[in-house]
Amino acid sequence: MNLRSFAAVLSAAVALPLSAASAADLEVTHWWTSGGEAAAVAELAKAFDATGNHWVDGAIAGSGSTARPIMVSRITGGDPMGATQFNHGRQAEELVQAGMMRDLTDVATREKWKDIIKPASLLDSCTIDGKIYCAPVNIHSWQWLWLSNAAFKTAGVEVPKNWDEFVAAAPALEKAGIVPLAVGGQPWQAAGAFDVLMVAIAGKDTFQKVFGDKDEEVAAGPEIAKVFKAADDARRMSKGTNVQDWNQATNMVITGKAGGQIMGDWAQGEFALAGQKAGTDYTCLPGLGVNEIISTGGDAFYFPLLKDEEKSKAQEALASTLLDPKTQVAFNLKKGSLPVRGDVDLAAANDCMKKGLDILAKGNVIQGTDQLLSADSQKQKEDLFSEFFANPSITPEDAQKRFADIIANAE
Amino acid sequence: MAGHTQGSGRPNQWLRNLNAKIASVPMILTAVVIFLGGTIWTVVYSFTNSKLLPRLSFVGLDQYERLWDAPRWLVSVQNLAIYGIFSLIFSLVIGFVLAALMDQKIRFENTFRTIMLYPFALSFIVTGLVWQWMLNPEFGIQSVVRSLGWETFTFDPLYNADIVIYGILIAALWQGTGLVMCLMLAGLRGIDEDIWKAARVDGIPMWKTYIFVVIPMMRGVFITTLVIIASGIVKVYDLVVAQTSGGPGIASEVPAKYVYDYMFQAQNLGQGFAASTMMLITVAIIIVPWAYLEFGGGRKRV
Repeated sequence: MNLRSFAAVLSAAVALPLSAASAADLEVTHWWTSGGEAAAVAELAKAFDATGNHWVDGAIAGSGSTARPIMVSRITGGDPMGATQFNHGRQAEELVQAGMMRDLTDVATREKWKDIIKPASLLDSCTIDGKIYCAPVNIHSWQWLWLSNAAFKTAGVEVPKNWDEFVAAAPALEKAGIVPLAVGGQPWQAAGAFDVLMVAIAGKDTFQKVFGDKDEEVAAGPEIAKVFKAADDARRMSKGTNVQDWNQATNMVITGKAGGQIMGDWAQGEFALAGQKAGTDYTCLPGLGVNEIISTGGDAFYFPLLKDEEKSKAQEALASTLLDPKTQVAFNLKKGSLPVRGDVDLAAANDCMKKGLDILAKGNVIQGTDQLLSADSQKQKEDLFSEFFANPSITPEDAQKRFADIIANAE
Repeated sequence: MAGHTQGSGRPNQWLRNLNAKIASVPMILTAVVIFLGGTIWTVVYSFTNSKLLPRLSFVGLDQYERLWDAPRWLVSVQNLAIYGIFSLIFSLVIGFVLAALMDQKIRFENTFRTIMLYPFALSFIVTGLVWQWMLNPEFGIQSVVRSLGWETFTFDPLYNADIVIYGILIAALWQGTGLVMCLMLAGLRGIDEDIWKAARVDGIPMWKTYIFVVIPMMRGVFITTLVIIASGIVKVYDLVVAQTSGGPGIASEVPAKYVYDYMFQAQNLGQGFAASTMMLITVAIIIVPWAYLEFGGGRKRV
């Protein structure tokens, strides 16, 4: 209840300047507030302003889990913004079903989104009952292991080339007073790391069976047992991390206090901001160096249904701006993510991004868990893995049993 | 007044103080519609499988079964019990002892009282942040003591799943005892000087006077304090969010946080409502005996 009033106050504060200006102002809410992210948003705003409309920035700090409830309450509470970020997938599913989101099928057919958006699963996630409701803007993949070259040098071991070598190198790192694997305290980090381990160790098909088909037996089976063993290793290696936020954990890798981190490609922005170079200062291993597969989750913009015609027109303009090749390049270079269209040139991309593009071109992709699981199942998974990573007394076997239960009850 | 015109001699109870009654209608409506209505609505919807948006498709007790199967809810309830019992005992004891010390006609009483009450002026979020820094092993108490020479000194409650709830308790006591002290002090000032004089004449030691004479006389103050502390315990949320966000793992989760997380992050209103209904029952368990003592029992005494 408190949050609702907070959201109302917040929205009132943002809406006031909006009503004073002309009608083609569009308020866009998002949770991109870190250094690299803000720079990327500025690119979007610049491109949108160039169409004669005006981008009113509605950044909400504190990551998606803080921002999404505020966005949802504003839409359901009858005070919708012009456009809003969600992770593409199922986060806005019910809002669409309740008829609160705008159908973008016209814009999409006019601009041939079906042909240009690659992989096609991105657009599928935006499609509900044959209609398109969101504009994907980037691809973020989770399956990366970031390693600090300096940390391994201090410990006197080679920089590992895959997960197994990394586990083997852990004792040496510990002896040198370095935390082998940085895992921040936010629950989604532990849950995400587990998903990454699953793709790397059990492979694409098992991943699809568990999260796509919600196959309870596979989730309780021997393949996933191996993943839990690996998660047990990861848990041991992450002891002593003592930070909360993902970027603080990334910072431990940047400063050589930690050997590595399993984190999505958004971590790249932090390395870039610290002036580090891929290959010399840090190493990135897609798919943990075991299975070079990346998931294609990411961000998309949804457009709430508005009565104001001017604003509805501006929404269309924004939707096509977001997928414009130039915007795609400018935005994704700053953000460290991959563009959603395969036909743009990313010559300025760094080594890690090139690796990602390469895997994307080969089609070694899976859907992200945000696309496959409901927010409810995701939260249950987060609860399980944040407990598992923090509490060594839970055996991998017990955790697997609870995991299989979550999958059995997932929708 | 209107009643007199009827000539029955007895004023009509409903029409007495008509202006005051009309003026209080909005408040009564607010209470009934917003509080009672909202409460009933929440309880009703806790029996549905509402996800992001409320939907009236009933699933019986499913949400409650899932709730009591969820390890995180069980940890939350256990944490609330530990936190509740200790914060009740310690804030009452510390608050009363401080108040008794302040009552010894000391110098600078006003200054001390202000200092003690200051933490209460801070919000839970600020309190939580301050204590998060104090208890952080990298630059808090532990690091200060270590820099003084005790190299092996460890004090990192917020990073140890077994004792994290006590770390939160410390912050809560720091914030809350000042208020309890002030309430107790007011109660002590309400005790007649003559009682003290009589006790002294009879040669009863001071601690005995406190325990057997003064405290029983302060029953009203104690009950009020108890209700204030207890309702604060059930709704504890921001302190946990600011200090640990429920971590490490789920070791410091509390029910209010479960409600929020499941209603808004997991987009599962039904589950959140079921959890908040359980919290409502807890509050009712506290409030009903109090209301009985305060209103039901009170009439007899008068």
